[in-house]
Amino acid sequence: MMVEVLGAIKKETLKAFLVKQERFDGRKFDEYRPIEIQQNAAPNAEGSALVHLGKSQVLCGIKFGVGAPYADTPDEGVLSTMVELLPLASFTFEPGPPSPEAIELGRVVDRGIRSAKIIDMGKLKIDDEHVLMLYLDMYVLDHDGNLFDACTMAAMRALLDTQLPKVEEGKIIFGEHTGKLDVSGIVTTSTFAKIDGSLLLDPTLDEQLAMDTRLTIGVMGDKAVSMQKGLSGALTREELFQLLDIAKAKHGELVKYINL
Amino acid sequence: MMVSSMNQVSETQNPKLLKVDFMAKKKDGLKLIVDGKRLDGRAADQLRPVRIEAHVLNDANGSAYVEWGKNRVLAGVYGPQECIPKHDASPYGALIKCRYTMASFCSLEEHGRSGPNRRSIEISKVMTDAFKSVIFTEYYPKTQIAVFVEVLQSDGGTRCAAINAASVALVDAGIPMRDMVTAVAFAKVDDQIVIDAAKEEDNFGQADVPVAIGANSKEILLLQMDGILSKEEMQQGMEYAYSAAEYLHRLQKDALERVFTTTAQEKKETFLRM
Repeated sequence: MMVEVLGAIKKETLKAFLVKQERFDGRKFDEYRPIEIQQNAAPNAEGSALVHLGKSQVLCGIKFGVGAPYADTPDEGVLSTMVELLPLASFTFEPGPPSPEAIELGRVVDRGIRSAKIIDMGKLKIDDEHVLMLYLDMYVLDHDGNLFDACTMAAMRALLDTQLPKVEEGKIIFGEHTGKLDVSGIVTTSTFAKIDGSLLLDPTLDEQLAMDTRLTIGVMGDKAVSMQKGLSGALTREELFQLLDIAKAKHGELVKYINL
Repeated sequence: MMVSSMNQVSETQNPKLLKVDFMAKKKDGLKLIVDGKRLDGRAADQLRPVRIEAHVLNDANGSAYVEWGKNRVLAGVYGPQECIPKHDASPYGALIKCRYTMASFCSLEEHGRSGPNRRSIEISKVMTDAFKSVIFTEYYPKTQIAVFVEVLQSDGGTRCAAINAASVALVDAGIPMRDMVTAVAFAKVDDQIVIDAAKEEDNFGQADVPVAIGANSKEILLLQMDGILSKEEMQQGMEYAYSAAEYLHRLQKDALERVFTTTAQEKKETFLRM
Protein backbone atom coordinates (compact mmCIF):
# COMPACT_ATOMS: atom_id res chain seq x y z
CA MET A 1 0.00 0.00 0.00
CA MET A 2 2.70 2.44 1.10
CA VAL A 3 4.72 1.54 -2.00
CA GLU A 4 1.78 2.26 -4.27
CA VAL A 5 1.06 5.67 -2.73
CA LEU A 6 4.71 6.75 -2.73
CA GLY A 7 5.12 5.38 -6.24
CA ALA A 8 2.14 7.37 -7.51
CA ILE A 9 3.41 10.61 -5.98
CA LYS A 10 6.98 10.13 -7.17
CA LYS A 11 5.86 9.07 -10.62
CA GLU A 12 4.43 12.52 -11.36
CA THR A 13 7.62 14.27 -10.23
CA LEU A 14 9.73 11.78 -12.13
CA LYS A 15 7.78 12.37 -15.34
CA ALA A 16 8.29 16.13 -14.97
CA PHE A 17 12.03 15.45 -14.72
CA LEU A 18 12.04 13.18 -17.75
CA VAL A 19 10.41 15.86 -19.90
CA LYS A 20 13.47 18.00 -19.13
CA GLN A 21 15.73 15.01 -20.01
CA GLU A 22 16.76 14.66 -16.36
CA ARG A 23 16.81 11.90 -13.76
CA PHE A 24 16.52 12.24 -9.97
CA ASP A 25 20.19 11.37 -9.46
CA GLY A 26 21.46 13.51 -12.35
CA ARG A 27 22.46 10.58 -14.56
CA LYS A 28 22.14 10.49 -18.32
CA PHE A 29 19.44 8.14 -19.63
CA ASP A 30 22.04 5.59 -20.75
CA GLU A 31 24.35 5.79 -17.74
CA TYR A 32 24.98 3.22 -14.99
CA ARG A 33 25.22 4.11 -11.33
CA PRO A 34 28.67 3.61 -9.73
CA ILE A 35 29.63 -0.08 -9.80
CA GLU A 36 31.93 -1.74 -7.32
CA ILE A 37 32.71 -5.44 -7.19
CA GLN A 38 34.45 -7.18 -4.29
CA GLN A 39 35.93 -10.60 -4.91
CA ASN A 40 35.79 -13.51 -2.48
CA ALA A 41 33.22 -11.87 -0.22
CA ALA A 42 32.15 -15.18 1.34
CA PRO A 43 35.37 -17.19 1.63
CA ASN A 44 33.67 -20.42 2.77
CA ALA A 45 32.01 -20.65 -0.65
CA GLU A 46 33.88 -22.13 -3.62
CA GLY A 47 33.45 -18.78 -5.38
CA SER A 48 31.84 -15.53 -4.29
CA ALA A 49 31.46 -11.85 -5.07
CA LEU A 50 29.71 -8.81 -3.70
CA VAL A 51 28.34 -6.24 -6.13
CA HIS A 52 27.41 -2.68 -5.25
CA LEU A 53 25.32 -1.13 -8.02
CA GLY A 54 24.47 2.29 -6.65
CA LYS A 55 22.75 1.44 -3.39
CA SER A 56 21.73 -2.06 -4.52
CA GLN A 57 23.87 -4.83 -3.12
CA VAL A 58 24.01 -8.47 -4.17
CA LEU A 59 26.17 -11.20 -2.67
CA CYS A 60 26.72 -14.29 -4.82
CA GLY A 61 28.09 -17.53 -3.42
CA ILE A 62 28.81 -20.76 -5.27
CA LYS A 63 28.84 -24.21 -3.67
CA PHE A 64 29.12 -27.67 -5.19
CA GLY A 65 27.28 -30.86 -4.44
CA VAL A 66 27.24 -34.35 -5.88
CA GLY A 67 24.09 -35.65 -7.50
CA ALA A 68 22.59 -37.64 -10.33
CA PRO A 69 22.55 -36.10 -13.83
CA TYR A 70 19.27 -35.26 -15.54
CA ALA A 71 18.01 -38.05 -17.81
CA ASP A 72 18.23 -35.87 -20.93
CA THR A 73 21.82 -34.76 -20.20
CA PRO A 74 23.49 -37.86 -18.71
CA ASP A 75 27.03 -36.59 -19.38
CA GLU A 76 26.62 -33.10 -17.97
CA GLY A 77 26.70 -31.49 -14.56
CA VAL A 78 23.76 -29.57 -13.16
CA LEU A 79 23.53 -25.79 -12.80
CA SER A 80 21.06 -24.50 -10.23
CA THR A 81 20.54 -20.74 -10.06
CA MET A 82 18.59 -19.14 -7.24
CA VAL A 83 17.97 -15.59 -6.12
CA GLU A 84 16.99 -14.87 -2.54
CA LEU A 85 15.24 -11.57 -1.91
CA LEU A 86 16.23 -11.20 1.73
CA PRO A 87 13.53 -9.48 3.78
CA LEU A 88 16.19 -7.24 5.30
CA ALA A 89 16.95 -5.79 1.87
CA SER A 90 13.66 -4.01 1.35
CA PHE A 91 10.38 -3.50 3.17
CA THR A 92 8.65 -4.87 0.10
CA PHE A 93 10.35 -8.28 0.46
CA GLU A 94 8.58 -10.69 2.77
CA PRO A 95 9.85 -13.88 4.35
CA GLY A 96 8.57 -17.08 2.82
CA PRO A 97 9.01 -19.25 -0.23
CA PRO A 98 10.52 -17.57 -3.33
CA SER A 99 8.18 -14.99 -4.85
CA PRO A 100 7.48 -14.91 -8.60
CA GLU A 101 9.86 -11.90 -8.79
CA ALA A 102 12.70 -13.88 -7.19
CA ILE A 103 12.07 -16.83 -9.50
CA GLU A 104 12.01 -14.61 -12.60
CA LEU A 105 15.26 -12.93 -11.52
CA GLY A 106 17.00 -16.26 -10.97
CA ARG A 107 15.79 -17.66 -14.25
CA VAL A 108 16.86 -14.61 -16.27
CA VAL A 109 20.37 -14.73 -14.79
CA ASP A 110 20.46 -18.48 -15.42
CA ARG A 111 19.29 -18.07 -19.02
CA GLY A 112 22.10 -15.67 -19.93
CA ILE A 113 24.79 -17.91 -18.48
CA ARG A 114 23.28 -21.10 -19.86
CA SER A 115 22.54 -19.94 -23.39
CA ALA A 116 25.98 -18.35 -23.80
CA LYS A 117 27.44 -21.81 -22.99
CA ILE A 118 30.30 -20.28 -21.00
CA ILE A 119 30.53 -23.22 -18.60
CA ASP A 120 31.47 -26.59 -20.05
CA MET A 121 28.94 -28.70 -18.18
CA GLY A 122 30.55 -31.88 -19.50
CA LYS A 123 33.55 -31.18 -17.27
CA LEU A 124 31.33 -31.44 -14.21
CA LYS A 125 30.73 -35.15 -14.83
CA ILE A 126 32.29 -37.43 -12.20
CA ASP A 127 31.26 -40.92 -13.38
CA ASP A 128 28.24 -42.54 -15.02
CA GLU A 129 26.00 -42.06 -11.99
CA HIS A 130 27.43 -38.90 -10.47
CA VAL A 131 27.88 -35.33 -11.59
CA LEU A 132 28.77 -32.09 -9.81
CA MET A 133 25.84 -29.84 -9.03
CA LEU A 134 26.84 -26.17 -9.29
CA TYR A 135 24.71 -24.11 -6.90
CA LEU A 136 24.78 -20.48 -7.95
CA ASP A 137 22.99 -18.49 -5.26
CA MET A 138 22.50 -14.75 -5.20
CA TYR A 139 21.45 -12.98 -2.02
CA VAL A 140 20.01 -9.50 -2.41
CA LEU A 141 21.25 -7.58 0.64
CA ASP A 142 20.00 -4.12 -0.27
CA HIS A 143 17.44 -3.21 -2.92
CA ASP A 144 17.55 0.03 -4.84
CA GLY A 145 16.50 -1.22 -8.24
CA ASN A 146 17.99 -3.09 -11.20
CA LEU A 147 18.67 -6.38 -9.45
CA PHE A 148 18.94 -8.15 -12.84
CA ASP A 149 22.22 -6.49 -13.77
CA ALA A 150 23.61 -6.59 -10.23
CA CYS A 151 22.85 -10.31 -9.93
CA THR A 152 24.40 -11.13 -13.31
CA MET A 153 27.57 -9.22 -12.44
CA ALA A 154 27.81 -10.94 -9.05
CA ALA A 155 27.26 -14.34 -10.67
CA MET A 156 29.88 -13.72 -13.36
CA ARG A 157 32.57 -12.51 -10.95
CA ALA A 158 31.88 -15.42 -8.58
CA LEU A 159 32.01 -17.94 -11.46
CA LEU A 160 35.34 -16.53 -12.67
CA ASP A 161 36.81 -17.07 -9.19
CA THR A 162 35.26 -20.47 -8.56
CA GLN A 163 37.56 -23.30 -7.48
CA LEU A 164 36.54 -26.84 -8.37
CA PRO A 165 36.31 -29.08 -5.31
CA LYS A 166 38.34 -32.24 -4.92
CA VAL A 167 36.15 -35.32 -5.36
CA GLU A 168 37.09 -38.73 -3.98
CA GLU A 169 34.91 -41.83 -4.34
CA GLY A 170 31.91 -39.72 -5.27
CA LYS A 171 32.30 -37.44 -2.28
CA ILE A 172 33.45 -33.83 -2.13
CA ILE A 173 36.44 -33.10 0.08
CA PHE A 174 35.47 -29.64 1.29
CA GLY A 175 38.32 -27.18 1.74
CA GLU A 176 40.43 -28.82 -1.00
CA HIS A 177 40.40 -27.82 -4.64
CA THR A 178 41.70 -29.15 -7.93
CA GLY A 179 41.81 -25.94 -9.95
CA LYS A 180 39.60 -23.26 -11.38
CA LEU A 181 36.24 -23.73 -13.02
CA ASP A 182 36.54 -23.17 -16.77
CA VAL A 183 34.58 -20.09 -17.77
CA SER A 184 34.95 -19.27 -21.44
CA GLY A 185 33.30 -15.86 -21.64
CA ILE A 186 31.62 -13.04 -19.79
CA VAL A 187 27.90 -12.42 -20.02
CA THR A 188 26.45 -9.08 -18.96
CA THR A 189 22.89 -7.85 -18.87
CA SER A 190 21.56 -4.35 -19.33
CA THR A 191 18.15 -3.54 -17.94
CA PHE A 192 16.02 -0.65 -19.12
CA ALA A 193 12.86 0.96 -17.80
CA LYS A 194 10.36 2.63 -20.07
CA ILE A 195 8.50 5.47 -18.41
CA ASP A 196 6.16 7.60 -20.50
CA GLY A 197 8.11 6.82 -23.63
CA SER A 198 11.51 7.60 -22.06
CA LEU A 199 14.01 4.73 -21.95
CA LEU A 200 16.25 4.62 -18.88
CA LEU A 201 19.25 2.34 -18.36
CA ASP A 202 19.83 0.91 -14.87
CA PRO A 203 16.59 2.06 -13.20
CA THR A 204 16.61 2.87 -9.48
CA LEU A 205 13.84 1.58 -7.23
CA ASP A 206 11.92 4.87 -7.64
CA GLU A 207 12.17 4.58 -11.41
CA GLN A 208 11.13 0.93 -11.27
CA LEU A 209 8.04 1.80 -9.26
CA ALA A 210 7.09 4.31 -11.96
CA MET A 211 7.98 2.26 -15.04
CA ASP A 212 5.48 0.91 -17.55
CA THR A 213 7.80 -1.67 -19.09
CA ARG A 214 11.10 -3.28 -18.31
CA LEU A 215 13.51 -4.95 -20.69
CA THR A 216 16.62 -6.94 -19.84
CA ILE A 217 19.09 -7.82 -22.61
CA GLY A 218 21.93 -10.27 -22.02
CA VAL A 219 25.04 -9.77 -24.17
CA MET A 220 28.25 -11.67 -24.77
CA GLY A 221 30.77 -10.20 -27.19
CA ASP A 222 28.64 -8.59 -29.88
CA LYS A 223 25.75 -11.06 -29.65
CA ALA A 224 22.58 -10.97 -27.58
CA VAL A 225 22.27 -14.12 -25.47
CA SER A 226 19.04 -13.56 -23.54
CA MET A 227 16.11 -11.20 -23.23
CA GLN A 228 13.25 -10.69 -20.85
CA LYS A 229 10.51 -8.13 -21.02
CA GLY A 230 8.60 -7.36 -17.84
CA LEU A 231 5.39 -5.60 -16.82
CA SER A 232 2.32 -4.79 -18.86
CA GLY A 233 3.63 -1.91 -20.99
CA ALA A 234 4.76 -2.29 -24.58
CA LEU A 235 7.85 -1.60 -26.67
CA THR A 236 8.06 -0.68 -30.34
CA ARG A 237 10.35 -2.55 -32.70
CA GLU A 238 12.48 0.62 -33.11
CA GLU A 239 12.87 0.90 -29.36
CA LEU A 240 13.95 -2.73 -29.09
CA PHE A 241 16.78 -2.23 -31.59
CA GLN A 242 17.78 1.05 -29.98
CA LEU A 243 18.07 -0.74 -26.61
CA LEU A 244 19.95 -3.63 -28.16
CA ASP A 245 22.54 -1.17 -29.47
CA ILE A 246 22.90 0.43 -26.04
CA ALA A 247 23.19 -2.97 -24.33
CA LYS A 248 25.93 -4.00 -26.76
CA ALA A 249 27.74 -0.70 -26.25
CA LYS A 250 27.54 -1.10 -22.45
CA HIS A 251 28.79 -4.70 -22.50
CA GLY A 252 32.46 -3.64 -22.77
CA GLU A 253 32.09 -1.22 -19.88
CA LEU A 254 30.53 -3.86 -17.62
CA VAL A 255 33.13 -6.48 -18.60
CA LYS A 256 35.81 -4.07 -17.37
CA TYR A 257 34.15 -3.89 -13.96
CA ILE A 258 33.77 -7.67 -13.81
CA ASN A 259 37.36 -8.30 -14.90
CA LEU A 260 38.57 -5.74 -12.34
CA MET B 1 39.42 3.60 18.28
CA MET B 2 38.25 0.70 20.41
CA VAL B 3 39.19 0.26 24.01
CA SER B 4 39.98 -3.33 24.63
CA SER B 5 40.13 -5.00 27.97
CA MET B 6 40.39 -8.40 26.38
CA ASN B 7 43.26 -9.47 24.23
CA GLN B 8 42.35 -10.13 20.66
CA VAL B 9 44.41 -12.46 18.56
CA SER B 10 45.13 -11.39 15.03
CA GLU B 11 43.21 -13.52 12.61
CA THR B 12 45.99 -15.85 11.59
CA GLN B 13 44.80 -18.05 8.79
CA ASN B 14 46.18 -21.39 9.75
CA PRO B 15 46.03 -23.57 6.64
CA LYS B 16 46.33 -26.66 8.80
CA LEU B 17 43.09 -25.75 10.51
CA LEU B 18 41.10 -26.20 7.35
CA LYS B 19 42.51 -29.60 6.70
CA VAL B 20 41.91 -31.12 10.11
CA ASP B 21 40.17 -34.35 9.19
CA PHE B 22 37.40 -34.36 11.71
CA MET B 23 36.71 -38.08 11.65
CA ALA B 24 40.42 -38.81 12.06
CA LYS B 25 40.54 -36.35 14.93
CA LYS B 26 37.86 -38.27 16.75
CA LYS B 27 39.72 -41.54 16.32
CA ASP B 28 43.20 -40.24 17.09
CA GLY B 29 42.10 -37.95 19.90
CA LEU B 30 43.84 -34.92 18.40
CA LYS B 31 44.06 -32.19 21.03
CA LEU B 32 42.04 -29.02 20.67
CA ILE B 33 44.19 -27.34 23.33
CA VAL B 34 47.96 -27.74 23.30
CA ASP B 35 50.21 -26.04 25.91
CA GLY B 36 47.30 -23.87 27.01
CA LYS B 37 46.77 -22.60 23.44
CA ARG B 38 43.73 -23.32 21.34
CA LEU B 39 43.76 -24.37 17.66
CA ASP B 40 43.76 -20.77 16.49
CA GLY B 41 46.34 -19.70 19.07
CA ARG B 42 43.94 -18.12 21.54
CA ALA B 43 44.09 -18.38 25.32
CA ALA B 44 41.06 -19.73 27.19
CA ASP B 45 39.64 -16.27 27.89
CA GLN B 46 40.35 -14.73 24.49
CA LEU B 47 37.70 -13.76 21.98
CA ARG B 48 38.16 -13.98 18.25
CA PRO B 49 38.53 -10.55 16.57
CA VAL B 50 35.16 -8.79 16.49
CA ARG B 51 34.13 -5.91 14.28
CA ILE B 52 30.71 -4.28 14.43
CA GLU B 53 29.30 -1.71 12.01
CA ALA B 54 25.93 -0.04 12.42
CA HIS B 55 23.64 1.40 9.75
CA VAL B 56 25.03 -0.51 6.79
CA LEU B 57 21.84 -0.91 4.74
CA ASN B 58 19.91 1.60 2.69
CA ASP B 59 16.29 0.54 3.05
CA ALA B 60 16.04 -1.06 6.49
CA ASN B 61 15.06 1.26 9.35
CA GLY B 62 18.04 -0.02 11.27
CA SER B 63 20.87 -2.37 10.38
CA ALA B 64 24.17 -3.79 11.55
CA TYR B 65 26.98 -5.98 10.31
CA VAL B 66 29.09 -8.15 12.59
CA GLU B 67 32.32 -9.92 11.75
CA TRP B 68 33.31 -12.29 14.50
CA GLY B 69 36.30 -14.42 13.59
CA LYS B 70 35.20 -15.93 10.31
CA ASN B 71 31.50 -15.39 11.07
CA ARG B 72 29.80 -12.68 9.05
CA VAL B 73 26.29 -11.66 10.00
CA LEU B 74 23.96 -9.00 8.64
CA ALA B 75 20.91 -7.71 10.54
CA GLY B 76 18.08 -5.48 9.35
CA VAL B 77 15.15 -4.10 11.37
CA TYR B 78 11.81 -2.87 10.04
CA GLY B 79 9.19 -1.32 12.24
CA PRO B 80 7.16 -0.56 14.12
CA GLN B 81 5.00 -1.38 11.11
CA GLU B 82 1.58 -2.80 10.34
CA CYS B 83 1.30 -6.28 11.78
CA ILE B 84 0.87 -9.00 9.17
CA PRO B 85 -1.15 -11.24 9.44
CA LYS B 86 -3.52 -8.80 11.12
CA HIS B 87 -5.05 -11.38 13.44
CA ASP B 88 -1.62 -11.71 15.10
CA ALA B 89 -1.68 -8.06 16.20
CA SER B 90 -1.88 -7.43 19.93
CA PRO B 91 -3.71 -4.46 21.45
CA TYR B 92 -1.19 -4.57 24.32
CA GLY B 93 1.99 -3.98 22.37
CA ALA B 94 4.17 -4.51 19.35
CA LEU B 95 4.95 -8.03 18.24
CA ILE B 96 8.65 -8.83 17.98
CA LYS B 97 9.45 -11.09 15.05
CA CYS B 98 13.04 -12.23 14.82
CA ARG B 99 14.05 -14.33 11.85
CA TYR B 100 17.48 -15.97 11.81
CA THR B 101 18.45 -17.66 8.56
CA MET B 102 21.67 -18.92 7.04
CA ALA B 103 22.84 -18.30 3.49
CA SER B 104 23.06 -21.49 1.44
CA PHE B 105 26.80 -20.95 0.89
CA CYS B 106 27.70 -19.84 4.41
CA SER B 107 29.43 -23.00 5.59
CA LEU B 108 32.63 -24.67 4.49
CA GLU B 109 30.69 -27.90 3.98
CA GLU B 110 27.63 -28.78 1.92
CA HIS B 111 25.42 -26.34 0.10
CA GLY B 112 22.53 -25.65 2.45
CA ARG B 113 18.87 -25.24 1.70
CA SER B 114 17.70 -21.65 1.89
CA GLY B 115 15.04 -20.56 4.32
CA PRO B 116 14.35 -21.60 7.89
CA ASN B 117 14.80 -25.10 9.28
CA ARG B 118 14.10 -26.53 12.75
CA ARG B 119 17.39 -25.22 14.14
CA SER B 120 16.97 -21.70 12.77
CA ILE B 121 13.34 -21.53 13.88
CA GLU B 122 14.41 -22.36 17.43
CA ILE B 123 17.15 -19.71 17.33
CA SER B 124 14.66 -17.18 15.99
CA LYS B 125 12.36 -17.99 18.89
CA VAL B 126 14.92 -17.64 21.68
CA MET B 127 16.17 -14.41 20.08
CA THR B 128 12.63 -13.07 20.00
CA ASP B 129 12.20 -13.96 23.67
CA ALA B 130 15.45 -12.19 24.58
CA PHE B 131 14.49 -8.96 22.82
CA LYS B 132 10.88 -8.96 24.03
CA SER B 133 12.07 -8.31 27.55
CA VAL B 134 14.08 -5.19 26.68
CA ILE B 135 11.95 -3.47 24.03
CA PHE B 136 9.18 -1.08 25.14
CA THR B 137 6.64 -3.04 23.11
CA GLU B 138 3.76 -1.37 24.96
CA TYR B 139 4.49 1.89 23.11
CA TYR B 140 3.34 0.43 19.81
CA PRO B 141 0.17 -1.65 20.12
CA LYS B 142 -1.11 -3.52 17.06
CA THR B 143 2.21 -3.25 15.24
CA GLN B 144 5.13 -5.54 14.60
CA ILE B 145 8.88 -5.01 14.77
CA ALA B 146 10.63 -7.33 12.33
CA VAL B 147 14.25 -8.27 12.94
CA PHE B 148 15.90 -10.15 10.08
CA VAL B 149 19.31 -11.70 10.52
CA GLU B 150 21.16 -13.42 7.71
CA VAL B 151 24.31 -15.44 8.36
CA LEU B 152 26.52 -14.83 5.33
CA GLN B 153 29.38 -16.93 6.63
CA SER B 154 29.45 -19.30 9.60
CA ASP B 155 32.24 -20.52 11.83
CA GLY B 156 30.69 -21.43 15.15
CA GLY B 157 28.89 -18.91 17.36
CA THR B 158 26.58 -17.43 14.75
CA ARG B 159 23.63 -17.09 17.11
CA CYS B 160 25.63 -14.83 19.42
CA ALA B 161 26.86 -12.78 16.48
CA ALA B 162 23.25 -12.61 15.27
CA ILE B 163 21.98 -11.34 18.63
CA ASN B 164 24.72 -8.71 18.87
CA ALA B 165 23.96 -7.54 15.33
CA ALA B 166 20.20 -7.48 15.96
CA SER B 167 20.69 -5.48 19.14
CA VAL B 168 22.70 -2.80 17.32
CA ALA B 169 20.22 -2.78 14.41
CA LEU B 170 17.29 -2.25 16.81
CA VAL B 171 19.00 0.76 18.40
CA ASP B 172 19.92 2.03 14.93
CA ALA B 173 16.22 1.80 13.99
CA GLY B 174 15.38 4.01 16.95
CA ILE B 175 13.32 1.37 18.75
CA PRO B 176 12.98 2.41 22.42
CA MET B 177 14.72 -0.17 24.62
CA ARG B 178 15.35 -0.56 28.33
CA ASP B 179 18.68 -2.16 27.68
CA MET B 180 20.92 -3.50 24.93
CA VAL B 181 21.52 -7.20 24.57
CA THR B 182 24.99 -8.68 24.23
CA ALA B 183 25.61 -12.35 23.60
CA VAL B 184 28.63 -14.61 23.86
CA ALA B 185 29.09 -18.35 24.31
CA PHE B 186 31.43 -20.27 26.55
CA ALA B 187 32.35 -23.87 26.03
CA LYS B 188 34.16 -26.82 27.54
CA VAL B 189 36.93 -28.06 25.28
CA ASP B 190 39.45 -30.74 26.24
CA ASP B 191 38.25 -30.47 29.89
CA GLN B 192 38.88 -26.72 29.94
CA ILE B 193 36.41 -23.86 30.05
CA VAL B 194 36.98 -21.45 27.16
CA ILE B 195 35.15 -18.41 25.84
CA ASP B 196 33.79 -18.09 22.30
CA ALA B 197 34.24 -21.54 20.78
CA ALA B 198 35.18 -21.61 17.11
CA LYS B 199 33.70 -24.22 14.81
CA GLU B 200 36.14 -27.06 15.54
CA GLU B 201 35.83 -26.50 19.29
CA ASP B 202 32.07 -26.37 18.99
CA ASN B 203 31.91 -29.60 17.00
CA PHE B 204 34.28 -31.58 19.21
CA GLY B 205 33.90 -29.81 22.55
CA GLN B 206 32.17 -31.24 25.59
CA ALA B 207 29.75 -28.38 26.23
CA ASP B 208 28.52 -25.18 24.64
CA VAL B 209 26.64 -22.44 26.49
CA PRO B 210 25.40 -19.36 24.61
CA VAL B 211 24.41 -16.55 26.99
CA ALA B 212 22.77 -13.21 26.24
CA ILE B 213 23.17 -10.56 28.90
CA GLY B 214 21.42 -7.23 29.44
CA ALA B 215 24.23 -4.70 29.16
CA ASN B 216 23.03 -2.56 32.08
CA SER B 217 20.78 -4.88 34.05
CA LYS B 218 23.36 -7.71 33.88
CA GLU B 219 20.40 -10.08 33.72
CA ILE B 220 20.53 -13.26 31.67
CA LEU B 221 18.11 -12.89 28.75
CA LEU B 222 19.01 -16.01 26.81
CA LEU B 223 20.60 -19.18 28.02
CA GLN B 224 21.04 -22.46 26.23
CA MET B 225 23.34 -25.33 26.94
CA ASP B 226 24.27 -28.67 25.60
CA GLY B 227 26.90 -30.89 27.16
CA ILE B 228 27.90 -31.73 30.72
CA LEU B 229 29.24 -29.14 33.16
CA SER B 230 29.86 -29.01 36.91
CA LYS B 231 28.74 -26.02 38.97
CA GLU B 232 32.33 -24.81 39.24
CA GLU B 233 32.77 -25.00 35.49
CA MET B 234 29.54 -23.07 35.02
CA GLN B 235 30.78 -20.37 37.40
CA GLN B 236 34.08 -20.12 35.57
CA GLY B 237 32.30 -19.88 32.22
CA MET B 238 29.93 -17.19 33.47
CA GLU B 239 32.93 -15.16 34.71
CA TYR B 240 34.37 -15.27 31.20
CA ALA B 241 31.01 -14.55 29.59
CA TYR B 242 30.27 -11.49 31.74
CA SER B 243 33.63 -9.85 31.13
CA ALA B 244 33.47 -10.69 27.40
CA ALA B 245 29.95 -9.24 27.20
CA GLU B 246 31.16 -6.01 28.77
CA TYR B 247 33.81 -5.69 26.07
CA LEU B 248 31.38 -6.63 23.28
CA HIS B 249 28.85 -4.10 24.52
CA ARG B 250 31.51 -1.41 24.20
CA LEU B 251 32.04 -2.45 20.57
CA GLN B 252 28.28 -2.22 20.01
CA LYS B 253 28.17 1.30 21.45
CA ASP B 254 31.26 2.35 19.46
CA ALA B 255 29.59 1.15 16.26
CA LEU B 256 26.46 3.20 16.98
CA GLU B 257 28.52 6.27 17.84
CA ARG B 258 30.43 5.97 14.58
CA VAL B 259 27.16 6.26 12.62
CA PHE B 260 27.13 9.93 13.60
CA THR B 261 30.83 10.60 13.17
CA THR B 262 31.63 8.72 9.94
CA THR B 263 31.02 9.95 6.42
CA ALA B 264 29.18 7.83 3.89
CA GLN B 265 32.38 7.20 1.96
CA GLU B 266 34.31 6.01 5.01
CA LYS B 267 31.43 3.74 5.89
CA LYS B 268 31.34 2.17 2.47
CA GLU B 269 34.98 1.31 2.81
CA THR B 270 34.42 -0.49 6.08
CA PHE B 271 31.31 -2.47 5.19
CA LEU B 272 32.05 -6.04 4.19
CA ARG B 273 35.77 -5.35 4.05
CA MET B 274 37.22 -8.79 3.48
